[in-house]
Amino acid sequence: MTAVLEARDVFKEYHPRGLLGRSRVVRAVNGVSLSLDAAETLGLVGESGCGKSTFARLAVGLERPTAGEVLHGGRALSEPGASRDRELRRRSQIVFQDPFGSLNPRMTIGDSVAEGLVIHRLVPRAGLKDRVAALLGEVGLAAGDADRYPHEFSGGQRQRIGIARALAVEPAFVACDEPVSALDVSVRAQIVNLLRRLQAERGLAYLFIAHDFAVVAQLAQRIAVMYLGFIVELGPAPALLRDPRHPYTRALISAVPTPDPAARLERIVLTGDPPSPTALPPGCPFVDRCYHPSRDERCRAERPVLRPVGAALAACHYAEIAPVPSSTRKP
Amino acid sequence: MRGGPLGRLLAAAWRAPGGRTGLLLLLGFGALATLAPPFLTDPATMSDVTAGAMAPSMAHPFGTDHLSRDVLSRVINGARISLVIALVAVAVSLVLGAGVGMVAGYVGGAVDAILMRLVDGARAIPRLFLLLLLILVWERIPLTALILVLGFTGWLGTSRLVRGEVLRLRHAPFILAARSLGASPYRVLRVHLLPNVAGPLIVAATLGLGEVILLEAGLSFLGLGVQPPTPSWGGMILEARPVLITAPWTSLFPGLAIACTVLAGNLVGDALQASLDPRTA
Amino acid sequence: MSALSVSNLRVRFPRRRGEGWFHPVDGVTLSVEPGEMLAVVGESGSGKSLTCLALLRLLPPPGEIAAGSAIRVDGADVLALDAEGLRQLRGGKVGMVFQDPAASLDPLYTAGAHVIEALRAHHRLTAAAARARAIELLREVGVGRDRVDAYPHQLSGGQRQRVMIAAALAGEPTLLIADEPTSALDVTVQAQLLDLLGELRARRGMAILFVSHDLALVATRADRVTVMYAGKVVETGPTSALFADPAHPYTRALLAATPSLNEPDRVIEPIPGGVPDPKAWPPGCRFHPRCAARFEPCDTREPEWFPLGAERHAQCWLHGNANGDP
Repeated sequence: MTAVLEARDVFKEYHPRGLLGRSRVVRAVNGVSLSLDAAETLGLVGESGCGKSTFARLAVGLERPTAGEVLHGGRALSEPGASRDRELRRRSQIVFQDPFGSLNPRMTIGDSVAEGLVIHRLVPRAGLKDRVAALLGEVGLAAGDADRYPHEFSGGQRQRIGIARALAVEPAFVACDEPVSALDVSVRAQIVNLLRRLQAERGLAYLFIAHDFAVVAQLAQRIAVMYLGFIVELGPAPALLRDPRHPYTRALISAVPTPDPAARLERIVLTGDPPSPTALPPGCPFVDRCYHPSRDERCRAERPVLRPVGAALAACHYAEIAPVPSSTRKP
Repeated sequence: MRGGPLGRLLAAAWRAPGGRTGLLLLLGFGALATLAPPFLTDPATMSDVTAGAMAPSMAHPFGTDHLSRDVLSRVINGARISLVIALVAVAVSLVLGAGVGMVAGYVGGAVDAILMRLVDGARAIPRLFLLLLLILVWERIPLTALILVLGFTGWLGTSRLVRGEVLRLRHAPFILAARSLGASPYRVLRVHLLPNVAGPLIVAATLGLGEVILLEAGLSFLGLGVQPPTPSWGGMILEARPVLITAPWTSLFPGLAIACTVLAGNLVGDALQASLDPRTA
Repeated sequence: MSALSVSNLRVRFPRRRGEGWFHPVDGVTLSVEPGEMLAVVGESGSGKSLTCLALLRLLPPPGEIAAGSAIRVDGADVLALDAEGLRQLRGGKVGMVFQDPAASLDPLYTAGAHVIEALRAHHRLTAAAARARAIELLREVGVGRDRVDAYPHQLSGGQRQRVMIAAALAGEPTLLIADEPTSALDVTVQAQLLDLLGELRARRGMAILFVSHDLALVATRADRVTVMYAGKVVETGPTSALFADPAHPYTRALLAATPSLNEPDRVIEPIPGGVPDPKAWPPGCRFHPRCAARFEPCDTREPEWFPLGAERHAQCWLHGNANGDP
């Protein structure tokens, strides 16, 4: 069965012009290959600047990869604007992080939700109102809300409107770019559970992007960890959480705050800051901050590729050895 | 445009003390200009042509000018002309400015660079100078041409303003959302960007209103704008020159009308601008 | 003597149209002892940020501190201070760190300049001495010598926050107020900064008031936790006890809504409804419209502050009766 979404060796570079015309190259995404099936959630985790938001935009076709291809149901998008692509484009939708910026402040939310239906002429004019009411109902809002404006709603409600808007065109794949990061804890649970329900009902495939591992673990069957535009580890969620093979993954998980200190990995403190995406080192991107006991010159010179290690894929030369710092562990 | 945001803008202007005054003034002038004429003495058919300039009295609240024409009715008729000119000219400027600004801001790249260099070049020439150059083409400029010329010289600043707003909004999540839903660039501009730059546009429009009225009055005063016998405030002041001292009311009232309208436009514009600023809203 | 002692703090704002006031902070009582970290946890609309601002009398106008409030720092009455006294307090005995380091640092001044400015506001120092001390402070917070003359845009989020902390330390504070200092930062940087705060606390014996919306974040760092909801404190107590057995239904609901890596299979539960509008607090217990355990008195009478032993308190009818008995 063809994957709903497949990224093959995708690269994305930007060339922002500096003040004096010097142009730098920002390598935001470096050779990412992923695939996603229906009714599956792939979590994408990483810290700011790692390229996950860029990848989300590539995945839904908002931007074109510099190299590599993104396939939707086996077909690649051709040049933007081609009308035969419209059908393909609407199969992938995106939900944004910022509940305040993701809705046009001058449009009623009914119009916002209906926009996809109007653009693709999926529903005759007469039927729009009912369809919008149905969509709003699915996300837990009232039909009467359709005539109100975004500023009249809370952050959580706006996020739900954004989800309704994405659902309107009946996508097969939804990229959720940090959909709950800007929301309160109690509201996060509402949105996460809503997404879960919609997935079960409609067989949606999600690319769930977040910097919070705990939230991702709620929905994702598999998790990919991104660092400086590279996927450094990819595997089933339980395995990854219990026994991460890449040093960065382990450090990341150990830094996630948990209420119960007894049952978690020992804290690994990463020193320094990540290198800049304009100056990628030739070898492993993580080498300067790596604490793996086997780290050596090979890591500096040779860039590791994603390869099977246990139940997951990890991009580390020494992934077979558990990445534990040389100092002794607490029992 | 939706009633909601526009209504909110108007309400905001109403709430501000200056804004309310301005709105009332503008509405007052507009009402007078549209409704009053049938009730006024037709200035062209004054019976006693020899009476000359008469001071304000019950029969003529604003007095009469040196041709025995009732100043009040001339001021009101002049209001019609001046307001129509101002509104249409500002509308022309808005359309041009918004159009160029949106295209430049959204498309970017070479198109943006070329358009903006042209705009900057044109802005280097003072507006009055441009106007004079263009108007001298005609001996007696027809009204339509005057309006168009005023409109064509007033959109430059607006285009920069709109371009700035578009640049700011271009990467906003809701624009990305529209694109991901498959909206064409035309749709994005029309449905999403235009309503969101409407705020600054309206402010520019109300402030521009005063500017155009002043320009038109100035041109008319110089004899280059509205041509007699069509009444206009500037023209009235021009014709009042011989009796400036002896019959001050002939120039005072049209002058006051100009000042009030310009002030009203500025008050409303300032109030709207303050209400759009998120900190003071 | 407590480093900070707040009693019945109420903050009020005038209503936009119509008369009267509303109170987004409505009777907050808390205290922080020297060397202790108190976490104040709450969601948006709980009033926690306004509380922080009120402590240093930095409320945005037209907000004001309502009568009946008491704030004491090291025993001194903050509300009675004159302008000069207030200036010395701010950045002096009490240091404050805000949420967004990018907005809190002036982009035209270097890291060192920020710290020097703070130093010279509270100590008489020559330029050379101030610079030397600034370098020392920055080193203490983990900003290296090579970053001392860097501008904010050249620093990472974590580094900027460290600069803020160094500036806050310039006046040798006995109390540091941190209002969501890590919310805008990545989780690894967050952990580093919290480690830093812990070190500073231990080394300087400083009290820390740490405000956050993230319960899990403070779980292993704070000595005591105060939970706020709708302008009031609903529960307070030692961290481990509070987490092990939350007394207030809101605390319990917050924990149930917080995902945890330890239990990835536990489905997080949302709290039904939404936070109330400060202009229209619900009658009785403010949480009652969303509370699963509500019963007879909850919707009419505000619960009292019931002690639960071992420095624990909860404002909930489940833990007491009208006589004030637990």
